[in-house]
Amino acid sequence: MARVELEKVFKRYGSFETVHGIDLAIKDNEFVVLVGPSGCGKSTILRMIAGLEEISDGTMRIGDRVVNDIDPKSRNVAMVFQNYALYPHKNVFDNMGFSLKMAGLSRNEIKEKVEQAAKVLELTPYLDRKPAALSGGQRQRVAMGRAIVRDPDVFLFDEPLSNLDAQLRTQMRMELKKLHIKMKTTTIYVTHDQVEAMTLADRIVVIKDGTIHQVGTPIEVFEKPKTVFVAKFIGNPPTNIMAGQVAEQGGAKGILCENGMFLPFPHETALEIGRKVLAGIRPDAIAAEEAVNKFSPAWQYDVQVLFSEIVGGQSLLEFDINGTSMVAELDGRHKVDPGTTLKLGFDLDRLFVFDPETNLALDW
Amino acid sequence: MKKKTVKPSRVALYVVLLLLVVVYLLPAYLTLITALKDPSEISLPHSWDFPAVLNWKSFSEAFALLKPNIINSFILTICATAISIALGSINGYVFSKWKFKGSELIFTLLLFGMFIPYQVILIPLFQTLRAMNLYGGLPGLILAHVVYGLPITSLIFRNFYMQIPDSLVESATLDGAGFFSIYTQVIFPLSIPGFVVTSIWQSTQIWNEFLWGITLTRHSANPITVGLAQLAGGQAVSWNLPMAGSILAALPVLFIYIVMGRYFIRGLLAGSVKG
Repeated sequence: MARVELEKVFKRYGSFETVHGIDLAIKDNEFVVLVGPSGCGKSTILRMIAGLEEISDGTMRIGDRVVNDIDPKSRNVAMVFQNYALYPHKNVFDNMGFSLKMAGLSRNEIKEKVEQAAKVLELTPYLDRKPAALSGGQRQRVAMGRAIVRDPDVFLFDEPLSNLDAQLRTQMRMELKKLHIKMKTTTIYVTHDQVEAMTLADRIVVIKDGTIHQVGTPIEVFEKPKTVFVAKFIGNPPTNIMAGQVAEQGGAKGILCENGMFLPFPHETALEIGRKVLAGIRPDAIAAEEAVNKFSPAWQYDVQVLFSEIVGGQSLLEFDINGTSMVAELDGRHKVDPGTTLKLGFDLDRLFVFDPETNLALDW
Repeated sequence: MKKKTVKPSRVALYVVLLLLVVVYLLPAYLTLITALKDPSEISLPHSWDFPAVLNWKSFSEAFALLKPNIINSFILTICATAISIALGSINGYVFSKWKFKGSELIFTLLLFGMFIPYQVILIPLFQTLRAMNLYGGLPGLILAHVVYGLPITSLIFRNFYMQIPDSLVESATLDGAGFFSIYTQVIFPLSIPGFVVTSIWQSTQIWNEFLWGITLTRHSANPITVGLAQLAGGQAVSWNLPMAGSILAALPVLFIYIVMGRYFIRGLLAGSVKG
């Protein structure tokens, strides 16, 4: 059990800098997910915590120890790799017991710990099998078993579910979360999948181009994105973003978008008239049919449907409003013919406002 | 089913191929029939004739004469092969999984060794071995073969280990294994195809090598290739003996290819096809 702290941590390869001085404090027992597009540096950060990559600059602490110059094996961290990295010539028992053997534990102690972990992960019938004779999900569980037998201070996961098919991924995701609730070990989990991030994390760290864009609970990151990137990256379909400026229409202050759409502010704000802004509205903050009537007429707009698709119990609707196309995620099944005019309600209580220069969220 | 018509071009092709097979097999035929002839029966005009009586004694006589050389060759081949593939495996492990600043350069320089012909370094090698007090005996010849085998064995093992994912090594590192325990626990057990390929290659090369055998060893340490040449030298040669000796000398290599050949192909192809 341990905290993990990164202070101004840099990673450079020669003159090429990939991680630009990040600060991050992960609490004891916390499940933190590092999420970002490929090449953003999230795996590098994880590998630096593991000690597989050196830190070019800054301080890294695990527990109360500065680990900058400590060997990976002495950091007491366990890592699950994307390709599982199981030893192909060893059976499940030996795969799981390898670290204990290296630590010099007796045969009996190893047997006890491995069998206990195998029970937790329902691997007991497979202990004699080689990895090649296991299914993807079982291999995944062996990789986790290898990590938990050591009782490490920190679990590190590097995109562990990305090699599984969609159904198994969802199942393993839930098992992983349950395991964390049971074991309560500090966990750092890297993924590019924002659904995994939203469902697993106590806190999400959104990373892009080697810098942290936002650290927060899944709800915070979803409802109060700090940058345009976070608004677009977290949530699927992504947030609709429109350029515009603060204006007054009919006595109400709001954002007059470039396409002529006027979004009145839901509350008082100090933003001055004429200021250029980016407005963001989540697809699920848009409603149709009866639900429209929840909103005041000022929050209702006539739009032209471009395309609609039904995703199980929900529908995605692509529509055009004064020449700008946007996406709405509607509850219930709405099959609407392209070209139809429809009235939609926008929940402007959930409006995002960003500065177009810095792409940062404005305090309004 | 459509009846197959035989095209004239096909027939011509097979005739040519058959002729080439005959040309290729003629020396082997000549070796075998000469070995089975009585010395008195061997003469240039009748060299292609089949022996009147099969003289199997040639083999036992040749074996008796070549026995010391065969023993030398076995010691030489086994020791030099074992040491050169063991070192090559460690080299390959370092060059693939423990890259350091300049390791690519060192590897490239090491590979140059493959392109230096034996003859070029013969005199310096002779002088070096003499200075090391290793000239004339088997240990010196073993050392020469070990050093000369390192480039090819290092190359084969490096390429083989490149296919083992780095994450296996990283995982073992986190599991608490160090440089040698990763090698013994993870890399070595996965190396069997690499060892088969390199051991076939090295043992064949070393068993068949002649030039160093004759120049770097005294009579008592001569390998089989040199023993054979001496059997064929001199004034009145009983040609059945060197021919029988050649067959004896070829047997170990033939045996290795028959027994391990399929591993050889598999090892060479490992990784080239997804499997």
